[in-house]
Amino acid sequence: MQIPAPFDYARASSVDDALALLERHGPESLIVAGGHSLLPMMKLRLARPEWLIDINDLFELDFIVRDGDRLRVGAMTRHTTLFESDEVRRLFPIITDAERTIADPVVRNRGTIGGSLCQADPAEDLSTVCIVLGAEAVIRGTAGERVVSMAEFHVGPYETSVAHNELLVEVRLPIRPRSGSAYEKVERRVGDWAVAAAGASVSLAEDGTIDHVAIGLTAIGLDGTVTEAEAMLHGKAPSEELFVEAGRLAALACDPLADQRGAIDYKRHLADELTRRVLRRASSRAAEAQEG
Amino acid sequence: MTITDERASNPAAGGADRPIGYGRIQRKEDPRFIRGKGNYIDDIVLPGMLHSAILRAPVAHATLVSIDTTRALAHPGVVAVITGKDLLGLKLAWAPTLSADVQAVLVTDKVRFQGQEVAFVVANDRYAARDALELIDVEYDVLPPVIDARKALDPGAPVIRTDIEGKTDNHIFDWEAGDAAETDAVFASADVVISQEIVYPRVHPAPMETCGAVADYEPIEGHLTLYETTQAPHAHRTLFAIVAGIPEHKIRIVSPDIGGGFGNKVGIYPGYILAVVGSIVTGKPVKWVEDRSENLMSTSFARDYIMQGEIAATKDGTILALRTNVLADHGAFNATAQPTKYPAGFFHIFTGSYDLKAAHCKVTGVYTNKAPGGVAYACSFRVTEAVYLVERLVDILARKLEMDPAELRIKNFIQPEQFPYKNKTGWEYDSGNYEPAMRLSMQIAGYEELRREQKEKRERGELMGIGVSFFTETVGAGPRKHMDIVGLGMADGAELRVHPTGKAVVRLSVQSQGQGHETTFAQIVAEELGIPPEDIDVVHGDTDQTPFGLGTYGSRSTPVSGAAVALVARKVRDKARFIAAAMLETRPEDLEWEKGRWFVKGDPSIGKTIAEISMGAHGTVELPEGIDGNLDAEVTYDPPNLTFPFGAYICVVDIDPGTGHVKVRRFIAVDDCGTRINPMIIEGQVHGGLTDGVGMALMEIIQFDEDGNNLGGSFMDYLIPTAMEVPNWETGFTVTPSPHHPIGAKGVGESATVGSPPAVVNAVVDALAPFGVVHMDMPCTPGRVWEAMQGRPRPPI
Repeated sequence: MQIPAPFDYARASSVDDALALLERHGPESLIVAGGHSLLPMMKLRLARPEWLIDINDLFELDFIVRDGDRLRVGAMTRHTTLFESDEVRRLFPIITDAERTIADPVVRNRGTIGGSLCQADPAEDLSTVCIVLGAEAVIRGTAGERVVSMAEFHVGPYETSVAHNELLVEVRLPIRPRSGSAYEKVERRVGDWAVAAAGASVSLAEDGTIDHVAIGLTAIGLDGTVTEAEAMLHGKAPSEELFVEAGRLAALACDPLADQRGAIDYKRHLADELTRRVLRRASSRAAEAQEG
Repeated sequence: MTITDERASNPAAGGADRPIGYGRIQRKEDPRFIRGKGNYIDDIVLPGMLHSAILRAPVAHATLVSIDTTRALAHPGVVAVITGKDLLGLKLAWAPTLSADVQAVLVTDKVRFQGQEVAFVVANDRYAARDALELIDVEYDVLPPVIDARKALDPGAPVIRTDIEGKTDNHIFDWEAGDAAETDAVFASADVVISQEIVYPRVHPAPMETCGAVADYEPIEGHLTLYETTQAPHAHRTLFAIVAGIPEHKIRIVSPDIGGGFGNKVGIYPGYILAVVGSIVTGKPVKWVEDRSENLMSTSFARDYIMQGEIAATKDGTILALRTNVLADHGAFNATAQPTKYPAGFFHIFTGSYDLKAAHCKVTGVYTNKAPGGVAYACSFRVTEAVYLVERLVDILARKLEMDPAELRIKNFIQPEQFPYKNKTGWEYDSGNYEPAMRLSMQIAGYEELRREQKEKRERGELMGIGVSFFTETVGAGPRKHMDIVGLGMADGAELRVHPTGKAVVRLSVQSQGQGHETTFAQIVAEELGIPPEDIDVVHGDTDQTPFGLGTYGSRSTPVSGAAVALVARKVRDKARFIAAAMLETRPEDLEWEKGRWFVKGDPSIGKTIAEISMGAHGTVELPEGIDGNLDAEVTYDPPNLTFPFGAYICVVDIDPGTGHVKVRRFIAVDDCGTRINPMIIEGQVHGGLTDGVGMALMEIIQFDEDGNNLGGSFMDYLIPTAMEVPNWETGFTVTPSPHHPIGAKGVGESATVGSPPAVVNAVVDALAPFGVVHMDMPCTPGRVWEAMQGRPRPPI
């Protein structure tokens, strides 16, 4: 048994209650949702909150709702719910791809999209997915709500623009016509952090050319998306030659570190390889969507 | 899984007309495990029991400048804080290891590995003990560490063991087996010689239950009861008597249910000793249970062998000789658990399953600033390393000669008529019939079809590999005249009592960690006495309740204790004959045995069952002269030789050419462990061992950075395989009984762990043949496989 440092615990009954508890207990209080990142860090004493504010009773944040041209996902939506949602699979197969590779069923039953995004681990899959999908984050504080882009949301490794006294409550995903998306990860073992992963979203114009494209990379040192490749692909008809070039540009854009998961050149190679794969799959899914 | 009807095909397993005894029956211990009623160390709660935690060194090599425990002692709930200085006063600062070395219980002079024990806190609860660790102020003066074993013997290398008087280097031992000159001569005249560095990196057994103890020292009578996670309770009792100076008759070791051992729970760790010290100091029972990181960082690792291997052959594929030089990293203290005469364990079985003209091995052990240990993770005393070495070399030879690796092995097998076979390093293999096992695994695999598929896939650029390995194990240590651990002969006792109503209890000196002893040993008695296994209770794990013996590791329980149990049951059966004769008013020699019953020759209707005889023995029957009024017996079994189980494994992998990711598609394991007592338990052991093997081959490694930081200190960093990484195991068997074992059984617990890593690596290397890869070291992670594909495979250490 690994034992965390002493802490107190409060269970929030609503979003307002959670915000009030954060306010009351100050900067040494932390929100716990699924707990699959925070609790291990506490056991290793890498995190030492004085208070844990448990938001697992906030069922009002557990929803997937289509609202016009966007899909609204509550922050407390569990990975399993996302993984098993037919609507998510139809609109954003990248999410289903990614969820399949996130940890294991036990973790997915507890872990939440909000927890994943707020943890902001560089090897976190849903951060890449949300960046690629152009998601917006809805953040609530005592003063009200604000909506930020993923670029604004994501400040750096383990750091987001959610202030201490705020709560991420919702993620909004824009629905584009004639779109397809895909995610692929390489891991040493199921449930290990990614060696590298890539995600892509492709939207086609009516003439079949690429109208919108986003490519994201996980765990290999890239903030935002692979803009050079996106610019190169824009307005062109998808082709293997373009994917190869996009892969080359992705390998140049990333900045991986060597560790037990792999050497730098291997990870750059994966940026290339996986970018090609996800573009291929996202484009083919977009084409299917166009036909469908 | 291939399930064959055991009874129909295997006479030794008991035919259909022999319902009692051997066969596929459910484990007697499972209901309590399934219902959560197991009793593990952390389940034990004694009145007034205190809890504890160990402060561990954050660095690998450092002089201990000072320890200040003032703040920790003031922490609410803390009862005692013990340091190395306190232990010096008690003469307990250093404890003997199982390899004639000493190990620091708590640091007194300097830290020698990251995670080493520095101080011990005893408190009212586990939380207070853990929190108080942060209040102990320790000053270290950091020293340069020795991390790379290849540099441990460099002239300028820092000397780790400054505690050993006159020690000026990090050398532990040189050990060799075989004839060097003869081997060199064969090599000099061989057509083909292949040389390859083969590394078996440091891995960890990582049992589900970590190590722990509850010590209860009763000061008035001077009795120590120690509940421990130990695979060898009797050996521990003797060692505690020696270490702690408590008379052995006042020590009781209890090893309750054990959640996996794999060799991790053979040695005596500082935590066990500290729990005892804590109980003596506080006068109360003290519990110590390590957490996962402590288990991974400080308890027995396994392997860490850097092997330079060479194989010599004729150009037509006759293997002539093997030789190897091994650098063995033993960590900071030489604490490996192995028979005294064998500092490299049974590594000299590296001649494998082949009939050689010559062989020679030399092993050099060195100290490094890493955790001590060395023999663990189901390795059969280094047979794991030996089998890996020879099976990789044979595969490389097959590639070089452009021969099929299975056929090359078959061509060189020791032939059935050569058994008992004396190999070139001093072993006498008891029995073997290798080719049928190899052919059976090829048949289950559909070997030729697989090769055809591989050829087609290669043409399409797909990477498919087929890996073959054939292993011979040497297990069941061992004959007392050759084998002891700290002077204790490696024999095992068994006691059997048949109660008046014919129910029995058998008491063992070996200790199950999940192997199913309560079932297997009941089945052995059942087979010999003809009473149902459910009528036989198996008692083990408590030194006050069981006869002396050396415990369970190295797959020795069935070869040694299984023999003891069969013999003790036969002793009871023989005694029952005399009592039955008295009851039937006839002569013992006029009686004949059928399972469960002595009857009058020529008149089967007149006889007595074991239950009737037992009631007679305990009742009023007039007993013959010299026969006591019971149906009990005891034996201590000294094995005449080890047993040599073997097996043929085939692994099929697919590798993603773009990412280097290896998928184990199929794994076929044909095992021969002689007589099969409970095939279901055997298959369970094999499944577990195969999973271990896939883990080692693909992902497991304890690495260190250049400062000696352990990079495998949690399950986030030290990967063990899940159900997703392993295929549906396909098992088969042949039966070649051991000629010297009373029931013909051999050990099987470690066979799959020993035999599977080379099959997986051989499959990976086979898949990478189009890239010209002839060898890559474990673990075959995607990144390392990709590097091999780029033509630059790297050793992992």
